[in-house]
This record gives sequence, structure tokens and C-alpha cells, in this order.
Amino acid sequence: MQMELDKVHMKVAVLLKQVPDLAEELEVDESGKALDTEYIKFRLNEYDEHALEEAVCLKEAGQATEIVAFALDGEEVDKALFSAMAKGADKAVKLTGPEVEGSRQAAALFAETLGMDYDLIMTGVQSVDDRDGMMGPMLSSMLKVPCVSVVTRVEGKESSVTVHKEYFGGLMAAFDVQLPAVLGIQAARQTPRYAPVSKVRQIQQSAIIEEKSASGVSGSATSKVTTMAPPTKTGGAKILGSVDELMELLKKKGVA
Amino acid sequence: MGNVLVITEHMKGEFQDISFEMLGQARKLSTGGSCSALVYGSMKDRSSELGAADRVLCVGGSDDFNPETYASAALQIIQSEFPDLVLVGSTSMGIDLAPVLGVSLDLPIISYCSCIEISGDNFEFTSQLYSGKMDVKSTAPKAVAMVLAGSFSAEDGKSGGSASVENVTADFGVGRVQFKELIEPEAAEVDITQSDILVAVGRGIGGKDDIEVAQELAKNLNADLACSRPVVDAGWLPKSCQVGKSGLKVNPKVYIALGISGAPEHLEGMKDVSTIIAINTDKNAPIFDVAHYGMTGDLFDICEELEDSLS
Repeated sequence: MQMELDKVHMKVAVLLKQVPDLAEELEVDESGKALDTEYIKFRLNEYDEHALEEAVCLKEAGQATEIVAFALDGEEVDKALFSAMAKGADKAVKLTGPEVEGSRQAAALFAETLGMDYDLIMTGVQSVDDRDGMMGPMLSSMLKVPCVSVVTRVEGKESSVTVHKEYFGGLMAAFDVQLPAVLGIQAARQTPRYAPVSKVRQIQQSAIIEEKSASGVSGSATSKVTTMAPPTKTGGAKILGSVDELMELLKKKGVA
Repeated sequence: MGNVLVITEHMKGEFQDISFEMLGQARKLSTGGSCSALVYGSMKDRSSELGAADRVLCVGGSDDFNPETYASAALQIIQSEFPDLVLVGSTSMGIDLAPVLGVSLDLPIISYCSCIEISGDNFEFTSQLYSGKMDVKSTAPKAVAMVLAGSFSAEDGKSGGSASVENVTADFGVGRVQFKELIEPEAAEVDITQSDILVAVGRGIGGKDDIEVAQELAKNLNADLACSRPVVDAGWLPKSCQVGKSGLKVNPKVYIALGISGAPEHLEGMKDVSTIIAINTDKNAPIFDVAHYGMTGDLFDICEELEDSLS
């Protein structure tokens, strides 16, 4: 029964977001201000994968009792949520409602839905498209709870977590953070696990994704987008046509 | 155009370069207004380095960064100073501050800024989105902008006269976040900041087993192995090999980038290298913009052929 006594009763929400797969070629739509999303593939924000992994690690270490994965409705979101359950989330919730533009509105929607129901909210530190701010710290500010971002390690206690925040060059700082709190996760303690297709399929047949509708997004302050375009090429690289040319260059530079 | 406030960053008693980079740009953007720098803790004693500012606002507090206390203090200073533009680093510390300030003050937050100009009554920002694959321009009359390191000249922020140094008082929050300690990086087997030649691998390398191909190439070229962030996150190479924003800044004679797309975070650590050779399958990868030489094609075919030529 020792295990039971040591167990930390912590309810964790993990926020997941689909982002364009950058392996695909990105194109600007007719407005000239946004991505053309018609043909691009979406994938889970890689930092969110780390947030989920760290949450599952916490639960496995007996430092979290329940993990609920949340995502806004959108491209291939069901797949991401089923996969999150296959990896260890106890429940999955999809937020339906008004179309959300940008991470700030998304944060507002999550703030409304999550309220103070969770001890810990974990999400990826950033995403490739969060033009108007990072979700974690914005959400914490809306909920008026503390937040630490760029986190690489979480240890759960009864009413707080100890986290490692990464600076640069491998330098980190440790913080104690009182719960409830939000964490922006940079990297989990281990490589995010892979959910086998068979397991995802099994979950798909047995589990359901709960749907919650969020009422609205207030008109928060935002800048006005005027253009989106691939960066102007600044001369760039001299393209080598063959490995022989590459060899020649390496010799010239004294490398080979 | 108006008043610009820079939230400075420091570590171990030194201002970070980003502080000077932001200050230099703030100076240019504050024509007709005032350019101020907010400094924390004992960095007040180093205020003379911030002569490019009109005013240095010293808020006191601990020298150790704390997301809660630093944001709380900055918030109050902004509320009493009403700057039109607040510049915060697009850094580990900045990520804890800018979004909180923007939401609390109901100001737009502009992430990943590589350029800020004045456009009529507005500021015009360029944000590098999708890992540097798209530049998005946006405008706002007031904002909190997160500035990417290396976007502006640090020299501009180091020059200039002398600022008036003022003590300002602020509340440092309710203590829900406690700083415990700094954790130094583990000693590295190889110090890649000292390497002459680096072979750096990115996500395009595929998997841990494929790292061996790069390792072999590095060995044959008398080079050290380095990598970009995803490779470390995947556990394929140790943190001490990581080049970029949260890793190390390197300056070898030759930098060979294998399967590195060139996200802004990575470029931050290597774009000043005098010879950059990039090999990538994607001909549109941003790495080709900073590289001097490039080659497109399958990494393994190229590496294999190169090995043959070398032996």
C-alpha cells in the first residue's frame, strides 16, 4: 500500500494542436495573407508530442492520476486524439465552436473550457504558426495562474511541481511552481513514444472522443496581417551538381 | 514614432547580446519619443553599458530570472510608462514574459520578429513563421514584440551616450514560482565551439542508425559531429552536440549541414560561419539561403559516394 500513499493526486490537461507538416511545400492562398491549406498535410505540433509524453511519464511515475488530452476541432484532430489515448491519455476532448484564428484566440477558448478544473496544464512550448504569442503563457495569464516555459523535466509533488527550464548552451534552471499551473514543454524526459497503428485502431473502436462546445472568442488585441510570402532569397548557395564538385570544394577548403 | 521599452536580459552578471540588439533597434524606432531599458537586480551597476537608451529603469529584485516576478515587475513598469512598443527577446526568458504582458495589457503580441519598421502611424513587423519558410508582415500601433536573436546589430545598441539611470519600484508577485538553482550543462566529450570542421545532422537524417553514416563521414573528414534540436530531442545525440538557440553558437572554418532544413532557431547558432555547405533533399529549404554551397539529393547516396571518393 506504500505506493498508494506516495501517489500524487494530480489531474493533468494536455493541449494538442495540429500544424502544417513542413515536409510539404507551403503555398500562400489568394488573399496573400494566409497559407493555402487545401492541399497541405497536418501533423501534431512536435512540442505537444513532448508535452503528452512528459504527462504520461508523470502518470507512470505515480505523480499524476488522470490525463485528459484536449484539441481544437480541425484537420485530422480525431486521429491525433485517438493516438493520444493510445499513448496513455485517459480521456480525449475535442473543442467545437467558433472558428479560431491564431493561438491567442485558441488560448481564450481553452481558458474558457478548462477553467480551474485541472492541477496542471501542459502544452508545447511553441508551434511553427503561433504568430500572435505562445499558447501556454497566454493561457496562464488568462487563468491567472503561474507558467514556466521551455521546460524539459517535470516532477510532481502534492501541491507543486519542480521543473527544469532550459536557457541556452545546455544551461538550465530549476523552479518550484505552485499548482494549479501551466507548463510550456520543450522536450520530454525521453523520446515521445510511438503508438502502434493496431493500438490506435483498437482505441478508436472502444473509446470515444468527448465533444465540448466553447461559446466564443472575444476580440482580443491583435496585429493586422498585411502579407505572407516566402522569404526573399538572399543570393543563397552556389549549387553543386555532383559529388565530384563537392569533393573538389572540400579539397579546396582543406577539409578532404 | 513613440516610446519604446526594451526588457533587457542578463545571465551571470552580463547582459545578453539580445539586449543590445533590441536596444539598437529601439533607438531607431523611438525617434520623436523616448527609448528606455528595463534592468533587473544588480544589473543596475552595469547601466553605463546601456548608453544607447535615454533612460535605464532599474527595478531591483533578484538577479535570477523568475517567470512570475520578472513578468509582474515589467507589467507594472509598462502600466506606469505607457510605451508604444515593448521589445522582449524571442528567447527562453522572453517566452515567459511577452505573452503574459500582451494578455495582461490587452496589447497585440508579435512572435518571431526579424524586422520592425515604422509605417505611418503603425509599426510594421516581420515574423518568421513555419520554421522560416514564410515571412508574415503585420501592423499595429502598439504591441509587445518578441525579437529573434541576431536580427539587429548589437553594435548599434552598445554605442551612444549616457542614459539617465532611474530607480523604479514594482511588486514582484505572490511567490508562486520559486527559483531553486542554475544547472550547468554536463561536461561535453567534444567542445564543438572549438572545432575546425563540423558535420551537422538534422531531422533529415532519419533515425539513430543513420547517424552512423554521418559519424563515419565526420571521422574521414577529421570533423566533429554536431546536430540540430530535433536530433537531441529524439535522443540520437547528446545535448552538447546541439547548435542553435537553446544549444551552442559555433564558428568552425567549414560547416557541413546534412538534412538540416534551417529553422531560425538553428541558424542563430551557425549563420556567421564563413563556409557553410548544405546537403538537403528539399531544394526550398531555408538552409540554402545562408549556405555558401548547396547540394540537393538523397543524403545517403551523397554520403556514400563521398566516402568512396575519400577512401
